[in-house]
Amino acid sequence: MAEGVRARVKAPATAAAGESVTIKTLISHPMESGQRKDGDGNPIPRAIINRFTCVFNGETVVDVMLEPAISTNPYFEFEATIPEAGDMVFTWYDDDGSVYEETKSIAIG
Amino acid sequence: ALALPLPARAALEDTIAEFTAGAAVGEGGITLTAPEIAENGNTVPVEVDAPGAVAVMLLASGNPSPDVCTFSFGSLAGAQRASTRIRLAGTQDVIAIAKMGDGSFTRTQSTVKVTIGGCGG
Repeated sequence: MAEGVRARVKAPATAAAGESVTIKTLISHPMESGQRKDGDGNPIPRAIINRFTCVFNGETVVDVMLEPAISTNPYFEFEATIPEAGDMVFTWYDDDGSVYEETKSIAIG
Repeated sequence: ALALPLPARAALEDTIAEFTAGAAVGEGGITLTAPEIAENGNTVPVEVDAPGAVAVMLLASGNPSPDVCTFSFGSLAGAQRASTRIRLAGTQDVIAIAKMGDGSFTRTQSTVKVTIGGCGG
């Protein structure tokens, strides 16, 4: 597991039924591209988050495949339709097999 | 469009062909918002908007590897729009290709001038 990985999500606590809301996510991660070399000229191996998903009540909002060209601390902003109250689950998959998960409950109101 | 060295162009065309499975790619119906000038190539904000798309692939034509990311939009996507921050090794064209709901493909591109490249040594 990469050190100090911390996910942050900005989602509204409430939405009108059927409303489209803006979601912002950020996860602290070095996203080592595999292109860089260390002080001795040896390549530093790639270590990135390669996939991010956002699922609400079991239905997919977005599913993103990430490559090394995504910046350090991957940031995503997108729109989600909220048909009913429920939980939005955010999942990040690391090259090293780690999985980071965050959940936000959204109520109707 | 900027001239690319041949191997880079081949990698770019291979990546596009993999996404489109060789289908013809049209234009229009997709918007890519990227800065004209990016002072820091390590973190360049980009946004794609392709109403009706099921997936959008982002490519950086002048990076060591052209892949950037692919967004797949699910049934609860409120819009086929997404933003992120990307690395650009130098001044180049950023390309977005959308796969639409009817199986067709459309593309757009935007040239970004990069002052400090973002792929390290």
